[in-house]
Amino acid sequence: MSTFLGMPSLPVYGTGNLHASESFPKAAHRELGNAQLRANLGHATHTIRDKRLNVVSELPDWEDLRDAGSAIKESVMARLPELLEQFEANFTARGGVIHWARDADEANEIVAGLIRATGETEAVKIKSMATQEIGLNEYLEEQGIAAYETDLAELIVQLDHDKPSHILVPAIHKNRTQVRDIFLREMEGVDPDLTNDPARLAGAARAHLRRKFLTAKVAVSGANFALADSGTLAVVESEGNGRMCLTLPETLITVMGVEKLLPTWQDLEVFMQLLPRSSTGERMNPYTSLWTGVTEGDGPQNVHLVLLDNGRSAALADEMGRSALHCIRCSACMNVCPVYERTGGHAYGSTYPGPIGAILSPLMTGIQAEENNSLPYASSLCGACYDACPVKINIPDILVHLRSADVDSKRGKKKIPTQMDIGMNAASWALSSGKRLGMLEKGLPLGRLAAGPDKKITKLPGIAAGWTQSRDIPAPPKQSFRDWWKKEHHAPDTAPAAAHDQEDQP
Amino acid sequence: MSAREEILDRIRTALKDAPEVPVIPRGYRASSQLDEAVLIELLVDRLIDYKARVSIVDTADVPAKIAEVLAGAGSYVVPAGLDAGWLTGLELEQDSRRRLDSVTAPLSVAELDGVDAVVTGSAVAVAETGTIILDGSPNQGRRAITLVPDHHICVVEVADIAGILPEALRRIDGTRPLTMISGPSATSDIELERVEGVHGPRTLDVIIAR
Repeated sequence: MSTFLGMPSLPVYGTGNLHASESFPKAAHRELGNAQLRANLGHATHTIRDKRLNVVSELPDWEDLRDAGSAIKESVMARLPELLEQFEANFTARGGVIHWARDADEANEIVAGLIRATGETEAVKIKSMATQEIGLNEYLEEQGIAAYETDLAELIVQLDHDKPSHILVPAIHKNRTQVRDIFLREMEGVDPDLTNDPARLAGAARAHLRRKFLTAKVAVSGANFALADSGTLAVVESEGNGRMCLTLPETLITVMGVEKLLPTWQDLEVFMQLLPRSSTGERMNPYTSLWTGVTEGDGPQNVHLVLLDNGRSAALADEMGRSALHCIRCSACMNVCPVYERTGGHAYGSTYPGPIGAILSPLMTGIQAEENNSLPYASSLCGACYDACPVKINIPDILVHLRSADVDSKRGKKKIPTQMDIGMNAASWALSSGKRLGMLEKGLPLGRLAAGPDKKITKLPGIAAGWTQSRDIPAPPKQSFRDWWKKEHHAPDTAPAAAHDQEDQP
Repeated sequence: MSAREEILDRIRTALKDAPEVPVIPRGYRASSQLDEAVLIELLVDRLIDYKARVSIVDTADVPAKIAEVLAGAGSYVVPAGLDAGWLTGLELEQDSRRRLDSVTAPLSVAELDGVDAVVTGSAVAVAETGTIILDGSPNQGRRAITLVPDHHICVVEVADIAGILPEALRRIDGTRPLTMISGPSATSDIELERVEGVHGPRTLDVIIAR
């Protein structure tokens, strides 16, 4: 069977901006120190939550749409090879050119090569998670090609030499005054009297980018959906920068993950109801563009699509985790997440922050890559993300699955048991017998001693220090529940005073 | 092995457990069955919510309405296939402000940038979401003409108003170059507050012709 000789060994993980370079607790601790960030995030996430709830409650069939969306995506994953081939045939028949990229480096090289072939050294860009993931802008810059972000938030981030912190509103961590200051500092020819009025700021961005749009010869985009039965691509946007990039240049290069397919045109009616309401909390986003290969005389005449794996096949190989690939990048999960709301997106390291990022990043890179094994713990497992997800990805279940993958990946590697191993073994010994537990509980007064006169333990040793880092432990009671029960029920005549000492009851 | 073969192989190997292909439950609404008056009312409500300007006129009054809305425009472009009857108003018949655009005789981007407004028809509209869909038919023209000028005047005929999105999408050919428009361009990028008017036309005039 010579066909098996070339078979890749699975899984092949993704590269690029998918990694937390420091552990989530460490990064979160630093980000939490930024009060301005937390105020901005709190305001923005609460605004969008309310809007989303309003427009979702308008639809009598929201849950039916979620069920359909979830099943469509499940079917896409199960039929992926067949659908990719169908899409390729249709897109190609309409004059488009398909390129396949195994990883971030290969995708970057393909895009740079296509831009170079046009003779241009500039490209305008539509906000795209896939190109963030592969680090395209940085790569192009190294190659002497300038990539101009045209989405307002991406422009803010690019001008500020910052990193996006949210997949829908990358500058969510900046408030209007900070945005004005960035424009005044970095935007050439900006009105020095610019105020922090969002309408004035949007006007400044319009003036700044207008010339670029009207003269650009090459555009780079992502795609929200790709329809297998027709070879159609879709970009969902608000500002019109997407339309500018998709319509005016001669060459259009789209980078898209292989999981973005939908089987049929009919499926679009489901996702175009789910996505705008879940992402910006609008009944419909201002502009959606759809194109099928090349249309003679209308729009770009050189149309390319780079189909990107970069760890998606690895995520697909995880039977418990593969539904993370159903994600349509709406960002509803991060807007409702109590952890994201406080730490912001930068703490997650990866291009994909928030609850979905905490599962998607380690699934695409493998749990052992850099600090990505800390991401599945960036959650209280409250389940708000699952409720908000328009395609019903069970994020809490996958978080737990990945935590177990993390523990399994460390099993048997270290000869010396860790504090956690010792603690767990001790707990197992103590909790498996009532006698042992009762014996240990005799030590409770020691804890009271440690708590001191203010009846608080403020610092635990070793790994338990994490617990007392931001909270105190109240002093333990004088006696255990077990002892109290014994006194109450078996020896009614002894020590009634202690038994009724309410303050100290467990 | 080519990247294509390798990626497809990786995916096939990832799916070696042969996951079941589910039946898609399509219990969501496929039609709204709203009558004409309700459709118009709903569409107008949504468009106004997006800060579009809306007028409802009898079909015979469309030319006069277009002339009125264009009063402040120094120049405007129309697709060559626009219903000639819509430009029969006295002011419009011999209008020197008018530019024609077609696939065979397109205006350049720079020329479009010098034009104040654009007048087009539309393929279908969605009342529930306030969405107008352009499909590049001759009365709507190339995508660039409804993008570069700052003022879009769009005529929606009542027969083309669908209640909900599935009804509308079932009426059009998905392989045409499509633009779905819900109000003037907008952004929510600063503090997630919606601001109308960024790169696309900052003014959207919708004329509903009944």
